[in-house]
Amino acid sequence: MSQPVLSIRNIESFYGPIMAIRGVSLDVHPGQIVSILGANGAGKTTLMKTISGVMDPEKGTISFDGQHIQGLEPHKIVQKGIVHIPEGREVFPLLTVDENLSLGAYTLTDKGQIDHDRDLVFSYFPILRDRRAQEAGTLSGGQQQMLAIGRGLMANPKIMLLDEPSLGLSPLLVQEIFDILKRLNDEQNMTMILVEQNATAALELAHHGYVMEIGRIVMDGTADVLMQSEDIRNFYLGVQEEGARENRRWKRKKTWR
Amino acid sequence: MDNAQLLISGLANGCVYGLIALGFVLIYKATEAVNFAQGDFMMLGAFVTIGLTNTEYIGLPFLLALPLSLGIMAALGYLVDRLIIRRLFGESQTAVVILTIALGFVIRFVAGLIWGHEPQTLQNPLAGKEVRFGGLVLGMEDVAVIVVTVLLTWGLYVFFSKTRLGLAMQGASQNQLAAYYMGIPVKRVQGLIWALAGIVAGIAGILFAAKGSVDPTTGLLGIKAFAAAVIGGFGSLPGALAGGLIVGVIEPFASRYIAAGYSQIAPYALLLAVLIFRPHGLFSQVRVKKV
Repeated sequence: MSQPVLSIRNIESFYGPIMAIRGVSLDVHPGQIVSILGANGAGKTTLMKTISGVMDPEKGTISFDGQHIQGLEPHKIVQKGIVHIPEGREVFPLLTVDENLSLGAYTLTDKGQIDHDRDLVFSYFPILRDRRAQEAGTLSGGQQQMLAIGRGLMANPKIMLLDEPSLGLSPLLVQEIFDILKRLNDEQNMTMILVEQNATAALELAHHGYVMEIGRIVMDGTADVLMQSEDIRNFYLGVQEEGARENRRWKRKKTWR
Repeated sequence: MDNAQLLISGLANGCVYGLIALGFVLIYKATEAVNFAQGDFMMLGAFVTIGLTNTEYIGLPFLLALPLSLGIMAALGYLVDRLIIRRLFGESQTAVVILTIALGFVIRFVAGLIWGHEPQTLQNPLAGKEVRFGGLVLGMEDVAVIVVTVLLTWGLYVFFSKTRLGLAMQGASQNQLAAYYMGIPVKRVQGLIWALAGIVAGIAGILFAAKGSVDPTTGLLGIKAFAAAVIGGFGSLPGALAGGLIVGVIEPFASRYIAAGYSQIAPYALLLAVLIFRPHGLFSQVRVKKV
């Protein structure tokens, strides 16, 4: 397999005195979609914030294209080609769709490149072209999520960090957005790290998956392997297997404990 | 005719209030803190220009002194952010508020030490000239104040809506975290907003000193401008200007038609009414975040 484009080794991050990430290592290869699964509070978002430089790790290294990037200012990391599409959309509510996209391209100066990227975004999200003069705060939740992804694309990234793009959306919209992510991966060869609680949708899309619990990676494998794993099926995919009483969910122990 | 005369002088005063209010709002939007020294920035801008232009001080030509003093004010705003405010990052807003109040005291005393406590006027080419317009007699300074404010407002509008940096400033004030994610160097942008607020305060000071006299306590009218900003809706730039104009226009009419003693409270009575009936201000931009 090719060299990983992003590789994380033994990262530890703190929220004040609380250790949110306890030594995480993972690799992302070019053109791959890597999914990080886990429950609330597992440290998924903290991991994303540590990669994008909004939080600094206490220990460990993050290398991107062979360079160490841990602890750099967030705008330096965007310039290197990692863009973070945050949980909860976080669009600029009083700016128009067009202005939001322009800010996405803040780190770029080549006008031709920006115009090209804007057309690309509109080709994936035609609704944004129709709403380009509308204030982002007045868009629906699904449209705001599309805008957030489009705004991230405007930075012309090599890796997109997607934090819960399905949050608060109807199953139909989730399907629509995940289809677009798949097309972006197929057609633009966009590398992605996808953080999700919606494990089914995430594993269908991803090539490789990691499972996080209380700040650690407890399992990893290709998406197919994870999908077949009994632990994953029971605890994340919500598949109930009929069986003896001691096999019930509350009696069972996860194999990694 | 009388009323028209009152209106014009009220508008001219209101422009100065509006510009100070604009400074309040700029900084509030960028850093979520109120800079109570904004009125004193205005006073300092006036004195810096007086110090550069007036013949008893350095005596530079007026048109040379203008960009120089605005440059000094921009540097001052930037340095206040860089050296003082940024160190309080993460502290409570109260700390920042008290700090800026203290900063106002310091500026007042320093200005008194350098330029004395006597009221002074800026020597400028427009002083004492008049224009007749219909039956109105208008001071050239009043006209200049209104024209400059209109131009500045238009310039700021173009800056904020058309330029990359202006958009980034709007973005950083609307959603700071998202601005970080988009690769906007938020801290540098905030410093530049303080510099911009310094320039706006400098312009307000120059206009104020051209049409009246300033002394080191003049900055206290920042309180009136603060009321104007609240009336217009804290957080809205057009609202700040409109609030300033409203306060400016109310004052001369109140002192003309209402008994002395009551007239001075007119702007604050309006402030109270606005806070009761439209607590977000007259021109507020409030959006509820969708989940």
